[in-house]
Amino acid sequence: MNIRQLVMIVFATILSSSVFAARDVAVVTDSLYKEECSACHMAYQPGLLPARSWEKMMANLADHFGENAELGEKERKAITDYAMKNAADFSNFKRSVKIMRSLSASDVPLRITDTPYIKRKHHELSNRHVKDNPKVKSLSRCDACHTKADTGSYSEREIKVPGFGRWED
Amino acid sequence: MKKQLAYFLMLFWCISTQAAVVDDMLASYKADGASDFSASRGEVMWNKDYPDPDSAGKVRNCTTCHGKDLRAKGKHAKTGKVIDAIAPSVNSERFTDPKFIEKWFKRNCKWVLDRECTSQEKGDFLVYLRNK
Repeated sequence: MNIRQLVMIVFATILSSSVFAARDVAVVTDSLYKEECSACHMAYQPGLLPARSWEKMMANLADHFGENAELGEKERKAITDYAMKNAADFSNFKRSVKIMRSLSASDVPLRITDTPYIKRKHHELSNRHVKDNPKVKSLSRCDACHTKADTGSYSEREIKVPGFGRWED
Repeated sequence: MKKQLAYFLMLFWCISTQAAVVDDMLASYKADGASDFSASRGEVMWNKDYPDPDSAGKVRNCTTCHGKDLRAKGKHAKTGKVIDAIAPSVNSERFTDPKFIEKWFKRNCKWVLDRECTSQEKGDFLVYLRNK
């Protein structure tokens, strides 16, 4: 293989990964958000909930789904700001749009798994895949099955349910 | 040889940062009114059970998430996320960032004890854990 071929291959790879494998939600770019929000769980992309949800959630970190996740005020504000600006209602990414479409204007879901779109996408799963599966346990562990969740990619061909393998509808 | 020296210096730097950070924190707890600190008091408290407000009959303690072995990785009780070992002997990043330490004291004391820890208690924890 000569240099020219190599360059072509590299170029084609970059092109295909950015164009054909379009992300489902925008990837997290903020380092503070990434660090703080991934301390206990995956750093869920802001594009998975509307801004009103992030605002409400970030106002009560002392009771964050039963856990204490309090931050310093400066960090709390910066993270709220980033989450709200990159929330589903301000995103053109495929899944963000679908999540927003499934909500009515008065819905303020605090759990991503409570949004109708996400619920619908997971309705075929049973307890043996999730709740009783020791490597999954909860639908909130996106990255247990979505192998590229951290890159904002949730496509079906990337799903691998631990103990069950690839998932196909 | 040069590489070895670099590793040695890095290790030394980590250990000295750790010592300085913990010493500074202990000094500020004393300024806050704490008296002498005790590793054994820290150990007792580290292993003490507190009632779990979410499920009757169950208990919480520091090892619920950090694990029984201080030199091994722990696991978040709810999310299952791996928590790096707390013992500085196996985790050189431990006790090098005062802000990080205070953040987690606040969160974890509230989770386990249902209140913030006092300066005395935090100092006892630190002198217990620093040599592990």
